[in-house]
Amino acid sequence: MNGIDPALLIAALMVASTPILLAALGEMVVERAGVLNLGVEGMMIVGAVSGFIAAYGAGNAWAGFGAAILAGAALALIFGVLTQGLVSNQVATGLALTLFGLGLASLLGQGWVGLKGPGLGRMDLGPLADLPFLGRAVFRHDLVVYLSLGLVIVLNLFLFRSRAGLVLRSVGENAASAHALGYPVRAIRLAAIGFGGACAGLGGAYLSIVRVPQWSDGMTAGAGWIALAIVVFGAWRPGRVLVGAYLFGGISVLQLNLQAAGAELPIELLSASPYLVTILVLVLISRRRHRGGEAPADLGRPFHASA
Amino acid sequence: MTSKTILSTVLALGLAGSALADGHEPVKVGFVYVGPIGDGGWTYQHDQGRLAVEEEFGDAVETVYQELVPEGADAERVITQMALQGADLIFTTSFGYGPATNAVAARFPDVKFEHATGFMREHPNVSTYDARFYEGRAVTGHIAGNLTETNKIGYIASFPIPEVIQGINSSFLHAQKVNPDVEMVVTWVYTWFDPSKEADAARAMIDQGVDVILQHTDSTAPQSAAEEANANGGRVFTFGQASDMAEFKPTPRVASIIDEWSPYYIERVQAVIDGTWEQTAHWGGMPEGEVVIGEITDAVPAEVKAEAEDMVARITEGEYHPFTGPINRQDGTPWLAEGEVADDATLATMDFYVEGVTGQIPN
Repeated sequence: MNGIDPALLIAALMVASTPILLAALGEMVVERAGVLNLGVEGMMIVGAVSGFIAAYGAGNAWAGFGAAILAGAALALIFGVLTQGLVSNQVATGLALTLFGLGLASLLGQGWVGLKGPGLGRMDLGPLADLPFLGRAVFRHDLVVYLSLGLVIVLNLFLFRSRAGLVLRSVGENAASAHALGYPVRAIRLAAIGFGGACAGLGGAYLSIVRVPQWSDGMTAGAGWIALAIVVFGAWRPGRVLVGAYLFGGISVLQLNLQAAGAELPIELLSASPYLVTILVLVLISRRRHRGGEAPADLGRPFHASA
Repeated sequence: MTSKTILSTVLALGLAGSALADGHEPVKVGFVYVGPIGDGGWTYQHDQGRLAVEEEFGDAVETVYQELVPEGADAERVITQMALQGADLIFTTSFGYGPATNAVAARFPDVKFEHATGFMREHPNVSTYDARFYEGRAVTGHIAGNLTETNKIGYIASFPIPEVIQGINSSFLHAQKVNPDVEMVVTWVYTWFDPSKEADAARAMIDQGVDVILQHTDSTAPQSAAEEANANGGRVFTFGQASDMAEFKPTPRVASIIDEWSPYYIERVQAVIDGTWEQTAHWGGMPEGEVVIGEITDAVPAEVKAEAEDMVARITEGEYHPFTGPINRQDGTPWLAEGEVADDATLATMDFYVEGVTGQIPN
């Protein structure tokens, strides 16, 4: 295993994990509000294409991220209006959103294939970046990486230390009771759905602006589905979602590095390892908690204030 | 509706159906794609072939296609759907469609099927066709061996199938000829198209000191990763794969292997129109114009470029075969004696590395 530089590996891991982390955090909030939106993949890819187009047009990566947040949220609100306003089936609507998003992105992206975006500079963290090892591993990234980590902390505080977070969770646990207490269930769910879409859009744009960096049709290639799985395995908790996303991204990058370094390991096993290890570790850390109490009780159940 | 009108409707439909088989209607040609047309690589080139068919035959043909069809059960559904919609000829353009193509062919004996890069021809209405990509790999390997300074050439490999193994062996042999110290770093990504993973694989290899990257996947992401490395002071070269990938000229992309399917597609559609279609196992290369080397940029030294062009000319004329002995297998046992040329049967089932390639082929 000569030649793998752990600092470079950690740096690559953080970049590789950021899109999934962002999308998973967004979906986690949506599911905490009791809504299952399977359209993450569709929102990510629409974010990827609109972010790339805006960044290219404006010559500025941040314009791209802004556009992607708006596009992701707009797409999510279609889902929100259908499922909350018209009480359509969430699973079917979410799947349709993914298909719609993939098609829409393909259409929007025609003519943008193979162009070069403006790129995103690394943050200047001064002396921190010059630290031995840590400097190269964790202090030479772009701002979005740190924003995604900050979001983990903010969401943790919001969900478990704030009144608004408590209300959001109560809507997800028992919408009827929340409604009876006078909370606007649909409005809260719509807001959560919009937030989820914004995060997915931002994650998608990170792919097309920073990680790859270019627009290719179909470029999310299932990242949205991984994000959905990580929310479940992360037991709807920001910290564990972070662990899941970094494990998955990290092992994906590690196995490629091991191959490139000529490690004598079975490649089939290496290729499957991101899925296996992520599932295994998250199951293990979830085992310590009491069983069955993890998922929001009203997850995926439509709410209609008829009574 | 009386039973009489139902009967006449059925009759009318039957007549319409037979009119189609009589050739009064345009010949319907279906294409099944594994990636999006916008991949700028493999699927893009197949679609260029489809457009060439439309251009050649005009109103005499109608083409339909389906993008992003996963290899497996979905493929069977999509191919069946095309056959039910009245396609006369269906091209399934990825290796993994083999079982599905043959399964559908058994149920539609009047429809002709053409499976790209495959080997399964279980029914008389299934042909396979492939291109000798290893001819192009010989040329890019030659250029790569000359360009590398770290003596490490990277190969982003998709799946361990003969076509990919031929590519690895051919590139390595020709890089080694001009640079005996060269080492081939193979990274298996188990996908034909996943820009994030392809970019990650390219970055991992660049981190390991690889300075020339050959790819056997379909997106332009490795080109972007190389370009990014070069912008940060690196010196990395790449080759366009399947399509020219001209956006990345003159560097990192210094040449490309272009799959040109149009001649074959036009020939086969013509055969269906003429009623002369027969089962074949077609394997064309540079002589047939199916494997084309894209522009070699000025980043390649002039004499290397001239040598590469000479190799293209000799392969096209049939004077040179990229697998000409002496060549040993990875374990040192002889494969081809001095001057001996590999036979197609061995190549089509190639499951071993040649001597000098390190690592193992996954099962």
